[in-house]
Amino acid sequence: MFDFSVVTHWIDGLLRSFLPEAATIVVECVLIGLCLLVGYALIALALIYAERKICAFFQCRLGPNRVGPYGLCQPFADMFKMLTKEIIEINHVDRFLFNLAPFMVIIASVLAFGCLPFAKGLQVIDFNVGIFFLIAVSSIGIVGILLAGWASNNKYSLIGAMRSGAQMISYELSIGLSIMTLVVFAGTMQITEIVELQNDGWFIFRGHIPAIIAFVIYLVAGTAETNRGPFDLPEAESELTAGYHTEYSGMHFGFFYLAEYLNMFVVSGVASTLFLGGWMPFHVPGWEGFNHVMDYIPSIIWFLGKCAVVMFIIMWFKWTFPRLRIDQLLRLEWKYLVPLNLFNLLLMVVVVVFNLHF
Amino acid sequence: MKYEDFKDNESLEALAQELRANGTNVFVGCLDNFINWARSNSMWPLTFATSCCGIEFMAIGAARYDFARFGFEVTRNSPRQADFIMVAGTIVHKMAPVLKRLYDQMAEPKYVVAVGGCATSGGPFKNSYHVVQGVDKIIPVDVYIPGCPPRPEALLYGMMQLQRKVKVEKFFGGRNKKEKKNQETE
Amino acid sequence: MELIEAIRNIAPGATIEEGAIPMVTVAAPQYREVAWKLRNNPELSFDYLICMTGMDWGDSLGVVNLLQSTAHEHKIYLKTFTTNREEPELHTVSDLWETANLNEREVYDFLGIHFINHPDMRRLFLRSDWVGHPLRKDYNADPALNPIRLENDELPDTTPSYEESPDGEIHETRHVIFDGDEYVVNLGPQHPATHGVLHFRVSLDGEIVKKVDVNCGYIHRGIEKMCESLTYPQTLAYTDRLDYLGAHQNRHALCMCIEEALGIEVPERVKYIRTIMDELQRLSSHLLFWSCLCMDMGALTAFLYGFRDREKVLDILETTTGGRLIQNYNVIGGVMDDIHPDSVKKIKELIKYLPPMLKEYNTLYTGNIIAQQRLKHIGILKREDAITYGVTGPTGRASGWSCDVRKHTPYGVYDKVDFKEILYTEGDSFARYLQRLDEIMESLHILEQLVDNIPAGDYAVKTKPIIKLPEGHYFKSVEASRGEFGVYIESRGDKYPYRMKFRSPCLPLVSVVDLLARGGKIADLIAIGGTLDYVVPDVDR
Repeated sequence: MFDFSVVTHWIDGLLRSFLPEAATIVVECVLIGLCLLVGYALIALALIYAERKICAFFQCRLGPNRVGPYGLCQPFADMFKMLTKEIIEINHVDRFLFNLAPFMVIIASVLAFGCLPFAKGLQVIDFNVGIFFLIAVSSIGIVGILLAGWASNNKYSLIGAMRSGAQMISYELSIGLSIMTLVVFAGTMQITEIVELQNDGWFIFRGHIPAIIAFVIYLVAGTAETNRGPFDLPEAESELTAGYHTEYSGMHFGFFYLAEYLNMFVVSGVASTLFLGGWMPFHVPGWEGFNHVMDYIPSIIWFLGKCAVVMFIIMWFKWTFPRLRIDQLLRLEWKYLVPLNLFNLLLMVVVVVFNLHF
Repeated sequence: MKYEDFKDNESLEALAQELRANGTNVFVGCLDNFINWARSNSMWPLTFATSCCGIEFMAIGAARYDFARFGFEVTRNSPRQADFIMVAGTIVHKMAPVLKRLYDQMAEPKYVVAVGGCATSGGPFKNSYHVVQGVDKIIPVDVYIPGCPPRPEALLYGMMQLQRKVKVEKFFGGRNKKEKKNQETE
Repeated sequence: MELIEAIRNIAPGATIEEGAIPMVTVAAPQYREVAWKLRNNPELSFDYLICMTGMDWGDSLGVVNLLQSTAHEHKIYLKTFTTNREEPELHTVSDLWETANLNEREVYDFLGIHFINHPDMRRLFLRSDWVGHPLRKDYNADPALNPIRLENDELPDTTPSYEESPDGEIHETRHVIFDGDEYVVNLGPQHPATHGVLHFRVSLDGEIVKKVDVNCGYIHRGIEKMCESLTYPQTLAYTDRLDYLGAHQNRHALCMCIEEALGIEVPERVKYIRTIMDELQRLSSHLLFWSCLCMDMGALTAFLYGFRDREKVLDILETTTGGRLIQNYNVIGGVMDDIHPDSVKKIKELIKYLPPMLKEYNTLYTGNIIAQQRLKHIGILKREDAITYGVTGPTGRASGWSCDVRKHTPYGVYDKVDFKEILYTEGDSFARYLQRLDEIMESLHILEQLVDNIPAGDYAVKTKPIIKLPEGHYFKSVEASRGEFGVYIESRGDKYPYRMKFRSPCLPLVSVVDLLARGGKIADLIAIGGTLDYVVPDVDR
């Protein structure tokens, strides 16, 4: 299996050969930042296109097909349009907070995006509390959303932001607990180690029942975290026009729009890292030949493929279910998911302690 | 849609002529073309419907007519995020300030499509005491789509005319800006 | 004649003009008392105010109420008037029939009649700074008086009311709608879930709706006034544009009303064609209801499925009439043109096509736990409320009120076909939802019986080039997609109607929103609005 650290080490060595230590680090930081942003933008655009096409096919339509071949250039047109669109200055808003909010949201999602292990050796940061860091930074987004709602001086935005606050804080719990279940199973929080541990079987297979329960809970809570249907209450179009970003125009709105898609990617990235083995190919212990063939498929394809599957499921949700009401939403979390999650955590501990897993 | 497929539209031709008259810088011209390409292919309508035409507007969003093909897909409910407003239906006196306000709330560049007889001229309600005789009395209109209500094909055609109109604009010091300056000095 | 005797007993001073529907005229001072007795006398029990028409007779102003008793199924007109044109005043009946609340506001708006003791005497449709009352015959229509105003019409939080103290003194008071410290959110006029340009001012406590104040008139097109200066055939076009989803049915009502007044008997073939078209229109409307409800509740895919199937219905309408939404098909004395030869085949295909699709709807949406929880036990409308608010149609029937005009006073060929009047008793949003899905099946059933049996004959009878209705008043109603759509015409023997009033099924629907949505969540308000399925241009006319 190709290890991307070969490439990164080579670049590092190359830079060090003619630059002093400090400059190397600066250049590397800039390079990584650039790569991340480009990757971020590309993935977001790809997701927008995918979502449009997929929802079109769900709905017996064709979806975009006039702009570029198969409509492939549609998201690019959207992005450049948004870039040249006026950003309206609104009276009676807290201008600083108003302008800060979209950046908070986008920064949170870029940070979380940066934590994902894209391929073998292709990871920006890898330290012993990687998962913990990921949960922490991905929750910054809620601050942005609350700020957006509060600073907009708009009643719809405020209701949307408050809904979002209630929803995110509740579902953060489920996400945390379901991830914790897996951390108990893995025995580490370091992302690379978690992936390596899945060499002879992904966690969702090895951890059987508790892992599957945790996976389902994670998917539900993850969808809720990204404010996507059926949990799209904060921007419930038919209720709150556009929710917390009602007052945002131009690229400010574009940031919210991009972040929504990228958060979906982050959620599915985490799901595939924790449950589906990240970039790890599908291995069956004992089937050496089969495992060897699987290894020929590049690790980045494995990762993106798994993400795509999870994202497809999330899109499937969205285009099938009606939206929940706020009390149903909270009831689902506090009455069903949290107790189930706690029980599941206990179950996982039992499984680990008595070594009942594969 | 091919150029020949559009029926002649003198006002657009005149607009294009005027823009081409002085020639353009190659670089700026290319950039302009690119921006116009992006804008014209990503027109997001504001969901705004007052009466019958609104149902046909919904129909073009639905499976058979599917305006998503052209990039009109993302209907925004917040005027801040919309690119054009489809005035689908009668505008009456009580609604006029609301429509004006919606238009003012939209971010530039913004366009208006008057759908149906009522929005164009008052239509069958022209003689009513309470109907605005055409939305152009309140806000500038880019494309008029006649009909009562227009068929979905007509709506699509009108929206494509709008795309065409967007394509002959100039982002860097084009016609629109000049006009604005003139208005200010007058 | 017992009815007239009974009315004579309770209202000795009234003049009663006999007819198909007797007209009881009372003087203004006795009006309220008589109304109260008509409402509460067990023999009469007129509990359903079908339609309140404000009238300007030139020398006097007044109202004509069309009353019906749901128990005894008899109807009367109750008419009263005042000769004071400067400050006309009548007593309110809004505490007897809730539906009079908005209707009296409408009469005030159009004619300037103050209703004493009415809790809320604001204008219903026009701006508060509108000069004049348009339906008065001496209304000054000079556009300079009422130019297009682009400044906002500030909506006050209090409302005027004319109250009568025990000693007969009338003084103006103000009622508070919203306190200064209430969190009031404007839903509309431009809002995706109001199905047009309706404006709700909603007082919220967190997510909970405390009060809803309905503001209409954002699409008030003055159709009734315009009709007064148009010949009868010209007025037909406007009915299509009232409730555009029941275009054919509305026009059917007006045509029937004029035909009845002229004494025209339409050929059997016309009746069949009209009935078939009515039912197709109902199908398209109910499919749209389903789609829009699903969209309002966030299930976008369902919206697209509904529209996919609605297109099939529209295809049939289009082959015969050429129009998709607005057909302009009925004319006085028949229909515009014969039914297209392909229609029968297409209708048969539709009858086969739709039931499996409805099954798909049920799998996709009806059975969905989220949808069920969002609809069940939400917005319960009790039967009594439905009657006093005049909520007819599928909404009324979902509350257990048998109010189907097709059954009670059959028109077209509804007396020849076998169909059930679907009734639910729960009265909640889910019942309203199921009601309409069941009605789709029932409409298909009706179509099935009709489509093979269209008799041969003319598709229209010849009418005179200039149609003049004999002097008198006429009322005819049909079961439109959303409820009872009625037309009241008062004629003075001219070729123009003296007054033409449309009884819109949607105005009562809008008036119950406050009742249903109170105490619910914002999301419930949306679901209630979706299941009531009002069409705003029909509310505003």
